[in-house]
Formats: sequence, structure tokens, C-alpha cells
Amino acid sequence: MNLLFALLSGLIFGLGLILAGMANPAKVLAFLDLAGLWDPSLALVMGGGIAMGSLAFALARRRTQSLLGLPMQLPTSRQLDRRLIGGSVTFGIGWGLAGICPGPALVLLGSGSDKGMIFVVAMLAGMGAFEILERRSVAAANDKHTHGKTA
Amino acid sequence: MTIDWNHFTPLSSLAGGVLIGVAAALLALCNGRIAGISGIVGGLLRPQRGDLGWRAAFVIGLILAPLLYRVLAPLPEIRIEAGSGLIILAGLLVGVGTRYGAGCTSGHGICGLSRRSPRSIVATLSFMAAGFATVFVMRHLLA
Repeated sequence: MNLLFALLSGLIFGLGLILAGMANPAKVLAFLDLAGLWDPSLALVMGGGIAMGSLAFALARRRTQSLLGLPMQLPTSRQLDRRLIGGSVTFGIGWGLAGICPGPALVLLGSGSDKGMIFVVAMLAGMGAFEILERRSVAAANDKHTHGKTA
Repeated sequence: MTIDWNHFTPLSSLAGGVLIGVAAALLALCNGRIAGISGIVGGLLRPQRGDLGWRAAFVIGLILAPLLYRVLAPLPEIRIEAGSGLIILAGLLVGVGTRYGAGCTSGHGICGLSRRSPRSIVATLSFMAAGFATVFVMRHLLA
């Protein structure tokens, strides 16, 4: 049942991206080009999404279990750090280079676009690099910790 | 600033945004999860028992969306101006950046701002500013 709802959510999300114009990288870049011929459409995508989302999360916040009886796993971290900002700036640069962010990338893949597929492969490689670096830094931190104890 | 009225699509963009919000609502209320694409995909690369199914199902839904859309209506224009080299660089930066920043346009931009999360507000301002700056450099300084 939870798989069915996740599939449905992904489908609706993707249809929304296509209808909104987010799946067209040229339109995304036209939104990001404030100094050129500016297409403000994508501000309305955020407006519509946040209006619906605000209602949904106001309801979700009051629950400890989802409607399917699953635990509510909403983020709780409030830390504003270099990781958050540095990561987001890096993402923004990549987004500005091609006009593609992760959701539209998967929609482009599904539409049969070659460049969409290349982007997804590169994005997965970037995410994989993050996993490797993360594991290494966690291992290094643990190593330091145990050495500290024995010393 | 010059607004491109010819390509401005307020109704379909607003409707698309509402659909994205409905999808996020569905995943939050039924599955108890945030519809953040980079987090959902990233979790597939860090396999944990019982955590893969919903992620895979959501991703499959996203990939199938253009096929379903085509059944209902012709797909709108898709134009990718960047060459393959730039696409690879962009993909790498998006992959690494969204994982360090713990989210992208969906997780921070839509869900996080809907939750009024301070982290997501900072993240969204950061990636929007970087996106605007990058396009400015590429189109108006380097071009």
C-alpha cells in the first residue's frame, strides 16, 4: 500500500513538473536570467506548491503516524552551518549551468532525452562521491575518537 | 528587468505547482516522508532494509510521468541548450551539492518553505542566489 502511494506521488509530482514548465531546462534558465528576457513563470510554481504544501504540513505536523500507520519522518534539524550553505551554493551553480535540478532530471530521463540521461548519470556519480567522502570522514572521526580514549 | 510576456505561462505554472504540492501532501500524509527528490534518490545509494521500496516506487513514478503525460496531451517543448560537457559538470555539482546541502528545489524549496523551516529558507536563498549569479556569469559576462 505504501509503495502504491509513493508511486502515485512520484507520478503526480512528475506531471506537475511537466505542466509547470520545470521539465524544460530552457524555461528554467529563462527564470534564472534576471538580466535578460525574464520569464517569471517558475515563481508561480513555487507559489502553488507552497500554498498546497503549507496546508499539508500544517496537518502533518499534528500527527505522529501517517494515514497508513507509518511513522512521520519529518526533519527536525535546525542547524545553520557551512555544509548547508556550501552544499546549496554548489547545487545552485550546477542548476544555473544547465537549468536542471534533480526532479526534472528524472522526468527528462523518462522522456527519452539523451542529455537527461547523461545528467542523471553525472548526478548519481556526484551523490556517490558524497557517500564515499562521508563514510571516510565518519571513519576518520571514529578512529580519532578511539585513539583519544586509549591514549 | 524586461519580462518575457510571450513565454510567461502563469496558469499552467500555477497549476503545475499545485500538482507538485498535492504530490508532496500525499507523500507526507500517507507515507510520512518529505518529497525531496535528492534525498529520496540519495537514500537509494545508502541502502537500508525496509527503506528502499518507497524510494524506488517514487522515482519510478517520476520517470513514468512523461509517458503518462503523453497519453493525456502532447509533451510541452523540452530544450536543453547546454552541451554534454557542461551537462556532466552540472550533474556532478547538483549531485554533490544537494547531498551536502541536504536538499534541492523540492525538499528545501517546496516542502521546507511550506514547513517554514529555517534551514530550508537559508538553503533556498543560497541556491537561488547561486543560480541567478551563475546564469548572469554564463550569459552576460562570458558569452
